[in-house]
Amino acid sequence: MLRDITIGQYYPSDSSLHRFDPRTKILGTMIFVLSLFLGKSMIAYGFATIFLVSAIKISKVPFSFIVKGLKPIFILLIFSVTINVLFTPGEPIFSWWIFTITKQGISLAFFLAIRLIYLILGSSLMTFTTTPTALTDGLERLFGFLKIIKVPVHEIAMMMAIALRFIPILTEELEKIMKAQAARGADFNRGTLKEKMQGLIPIMVPLFVSAIRRSNDLAMAMEARCYHGGDGRTKMKPLVYQKRDYIAYVILGIYLIVMIGVQIFL
Amino acid sequence: MSIKLEHVTYLYGQGTVYEKYALKDINLEIKKGDFIGIAGHTGSGKSTLIQHLNGLEKATSGKITYDGQDIYAKDFDLDGLRMKVGLTFQYPEYQLFEATVFEDVCFGPKNQKLPKEEIERRAREALQLVGFPEELYEKSPFQLSGGQKRRVAIAGVLAMQPDYLILDEPAAGLDPIGRTEILEQIKKLHEEKGIAVILVSHSMEELAKYVDRMIVMNQGEKVFDDTPKKVFSHYKELEKIGLSAPAITYVMEELKQRGFPVRTDFLTIEEAKEEILKVLSRKSKEGNNA
Repeated sequence: MLRDITIGQYYPSDSSLHRFDPRTKILGTMIFVLSLFLGKSMIAYGFATIFLVSAIKISKVPFSFIVKGLKPIFILLIFSVTINVLFTPGEPIFSWWIFTITKQGISLAFFLAIRLIYLILGSSLMTFTTTPTALTDGLERLFGFLKIIKVPVHEIAMMMAIALRFIPILTEELEKIMKAQAARGADFNRGTLKEKMQGLIPIMVPLFVSAIRRSNDLAMAMEARCYHGGDGRTKMKPLVYQKRDYIAYVILGIYLIVMIGVQIFL
Repeated sequence: MSIKLEHVTYLYGQGTVYEKYALKDINLEIKKGDFIGIAGHTGSGKSTLIQHLNGLEKATSGKITYDGQDIYAKDFDLDGLRMKVGLTFQYPEYQLFEATVFEDVCFGPKNQKLPKEEIERRAREALQLVGFPEELYEKSPFQLSGGQKRRVAIAGVLAMQPDYLILDEPAAGLDPIGRTEILEQIKKLHEEKGIAVILVSHSMEELAKYVDRMIVMNQGEKVFDDTPKKVFSHYKELEKIGLSAPAITYVMEELKQRGFPVRTDFLTIEEAKEEILKVLSRKSKEGNNA
């Protein structure tokens, strides 16, 4: 049930995409997302598709596993596509009552759907191939320059790392609490909306209590290890770019130039 | 009257890289009035097994029957089963949520849709059964000590008046006095109310002292299912799967190996003491006669 949510998860495997420096993957994802918003033609999306499919192939993450990540946005996707198809002004193809389907509407909806799907696939590919620790490490280094204007980059990265680390723990906890209450005869699917809302209390109260207890314990453990924030803190495994990262940047650069070129000249 | 498992298999994380057998071809019958212990190393499938007994987890394959009825049948009343087979998880105090102890214990019977007087009668009875002091009924469960919280959580399950009570490590994390108190209370429940108890525990001493039948799990499979005495006689095999026998078994085995003719199948220190004294007096008699 809760295990089925794959978006944002890490998928352990031994591919070269997994071994890239997290900064390369973050910047790569950003370039990919940017290119999606640049391209407005079929050719551009053709290149984006080639880029995405080869990245998925290299990552060794099963395609079915990646597609599962689309499930949560499925409703949003259908909703926005419908709205775009029905309410975009332009050259009418078909008309009924207050609805008019136009050529522009269909093409807009089509590109919107592709953009959304590629956006989710691209960014979930990053989380599938990067451990949460590596991801926050990468973000901390990439945005390190903001320290100059007094942004607490390290602290934000640490909070993110802790939050990510706690997702599986709290999911497990939630599942356990739901089972414990089900063992006492609680039924979460029956009854009116009001009864369903009330049915959440026996789950939410213990979940919050346990989240607060855990964060208290963690704070204590961090203080006991003399944690005092980012100043003067060194890393056991500092991030260092390898040869493959430079190659990746060259490929990313070529990809971006091609996408811009397609946009300008075609 | 029994819960019966036939060829029950449970595959965890089917179709992912994490796929693993949590239970493998388990056959088991639990009768009303049994006092059973389940032992096993962490990850041996104990917790998964007990969650099958009240239908919280659904077996990948195999059949479970309650009093002869298939619990996976379409018209089977699963809610009813959960009332009959009460289960508390490890650290059950994490399930408490109400403003007062008494209301929290009422949660189970309230879900059974009983009349108000009956709900309160059952809650009171359950709290008395676990020996919870009456002056604390109106306190918030979050203000109690660990041992008291545990009692409230167990009472919350007992208030549904189950025929079977499954307890996952009911004494874990308590101090020695708290441990003995909780376990003695459970034993009393078994004796006085005739409730079948299934006790999951890491402590071999605890199991040796209380249960009549012991099930040992390893990597999803049932390795032993016998009286504690017979199971502990396999102490060498137990060690291989990360378990042990009670300390007294080791003492007696060592004595025997060093040529002291004692029997070794004892569960408590008292029994073992009697045996040693018996052998000693027999020896001294032989010495006098010679």
